[in-house]
Amino acid sequence: MSGGIVAPVRKPLVEGQKTYHQITEDLCAPTERTPSTAWVIAFILAASTMAFGVFCVLWTIWMGIGTWNLNRTIGWGYDITNFVWWIGIGHAGTLISAILMLFRQRWRTGVNRAAEAMTIFAVICAAIFPLIHVGRIWVVFYFFPYPNTRGALWPNFNSPLLWDVFAISTYFSVSLLFWYTGLVPDFATVRNRASGLRKKIYNSLSFGWTGSAKHWQRWESLSLVLAGLSTPLVLSVHTIVSFDFATSVIPGWHTTIFPPYFVAGAIFSGFAMVQTLMVLTRKILKLEEYITIEHIESMNKVILVTGTIVGVAYLTELFIAWYSGYVYEQFAFFNRAMGVYWWAYFGMMACNVISPQLFWVRKFRRSVFVTFFMSIFVNIGMWFERFVIIATTLARDYLPSSWSYYRPTWVEIGIFVGTIGLFFTCYLIFVRVAPVVAIAEVKHILKVGGDQYIGDKAHAEKSHEHQAAHHHEHH
Amino acid sequence: MRKLNKDVIYGIYSDEEVLLHAVRDARNRHLEIMDVFSPFPVHGLDQALGLTESRLHQAGFVYGAIGALIGFLGMTWMMTSDWPIIFGGKPYWPVPSFIPIVFEMTVLFSAWGMTITFYTICGLWPGVDNPQLDLRTTDDKFCIAFDRNEVPDEAARSFFAESGADEVNYKNI
Repeated sequence: MSGGIVAPVRKPLVEGQKTYHQITEDLCAPTERTPSTAWVIAFILAASTMAFGVFCVLWTIWMGIGTWNLNRTIGWGYDITNFVWWIGIGHAGTLISAILMLFRQRWRTGVNRAAEAMTIFAVICAAIFPLIHVGRIWVVFYFFPYPNTRGALWPNFNSPLLWDVFAISTYFSVSLLFWYTGLVPDFATVRNRASGLRKKIYNSLSFGWTGSAKHWQRWESLSLVLAGLSTPLVLSVHTIVSFDFATSVIPGWHTTIFPPYFVAGAIFSGFAMVQTLMVLTRKILKLEEYITIEHIESMNKVILVTGTIVGVAYLTELFIAWYSGYVYEQFAFFNRAMGVYWWAYFGMMACNVISPQLFWVRKFRRSVFVTFFMSIFVNIGMWFERFVIIATTLARDYLPSSWSYYRPTWVEIGIFVGTIGLFFTCYLIFVRVAPVVAIAEVKHILKVGGDQYIGDKAHAEKSHEHQAAHHHEHH
Repeated sequence: MRKLNKDVIYGIYSDEEVLLHAVRDARNRHLEIMDVFSPFPVHGLDQALGLTESRLHQAGFVYGAIGALIGFLGMTWMMTSDWPIIFGGKPYWPVPSFIPIVFEMTVLFSAWGMTITFYTICGLWPGVDNPQLDLRTTDDKFCIAFDRNEVPDEAARSFFAESGADEVNYKNI
């Protein structure tokens, strides 16, 4: 296989000595069997949580933003915290699919499909918050520069909030293209196993894909350029999100370190969410041979690195606040750690900086149990980080007479919980409809990584030899 | 099903290494290959077939350049000529402020332009029912197809036999 030079000691990327046909069988199976009881229960839970979220969104739109506990001091609370949290989670999908593709990290094929799907769903969840937080969602199209009858009054192109509109819309649509283009050949695989109406539906979804050599050549060219475009795109998106806070004149929201720190944090939280999903998915769909412990360990290494970068960024912020000699900045950071929201700051530090250090130990990196709990901790920690940056900073501004406190109403909590329901509803539908692991891409890397693929006949011989060797060892 | 009305003879292979050798062999015999189908992209297949490099990425550059120009010139026109407003003491033409949106427009146009071009030139769209020679080519089989009007059956059969094809079939698509 012309897949490059691979050290003979390198472990195979797919375990269990699969043939191409076996891969098709294994990866199509979840879309073909009737849903398990576990799936149905999970779906009902997710969908009812989502339904409550929909109710809370409608309540907000009907009654107005007054149903939230925002006030004149604290103009952003749960809404933007949740927005940044979800957008950050989305970044891991693009990182896995685009950046690891450019770096030729072949292990990404086991997890890229699900991670990209997660990106799409996370961005959908994120987009809800800016849309509803404007209060009058029916005129939300004012965001965009379109020729209008107000003298043609254009939006302010100097504003990071407008850059955000462009960044998030571009990010969502480009991620969708990238994800779907990867899915097209796999939908064709599912189609060719189906019959009747199912075949018709999958034929439509696969756009009539046949697997012609010229099509594959163009498909690879397209994938590579989309990866090349997505890589700076994903960095730009969270950079621009961080500009919402970095370019302001409020102490704590006036920070040049935010772009790299937000991007590292986004990758950190995104990989944690990928771990949460992968640990469950590989177990429930029995895909342990495709999403292996090696994958989990690799992703845990990324979590360790980005978590440590985030930790260094927190300390740098504190140092710079002190070093600046600017009392308002110093107060802002003293207030974060020791002020009214001290518990959020310590939650952030414990979950984001201290707990990932466990992953220096190989045993913990390779433990599914530790990984699962760690992924939850990291997501809680990253939520606190955004809450600290937003609510704590706003609660104590320049003028002590306007200092205030913020706690969410049931509506705000309901919308947040509802987006988690929406996310899992989408993911559960996705695992039923599309192959969770990219079939064509896994077949493509099968022969890379030792003499993994040995065909049907050789397979029997090899396992016979293996047994004999094993037998010999015992004597 | 869209009909090409072509009589096709095709051989099935079960390994991409064998397929690559066969494709080179067919080219040495001056047999004109109609198409090759595979379940995943086989590296080196396009060179073996003598396919020219895809120019899709060049199209992507052009689309991106168009997006960047629309973004840059659009904002310039809106902020300097159509309705100039001073925001926060910044100049009417704040070029550094344009960088993020110009970048996003570049990526947006390039990605959408390339993707739409890709599906169009490949003839792939929802509802299109492209003829398929063998359903197993999206699973684990590889297929070399000849147009029976271009390549005589005898030559094709002896080629398939010698290049390690598992089976040979005829089909009108």
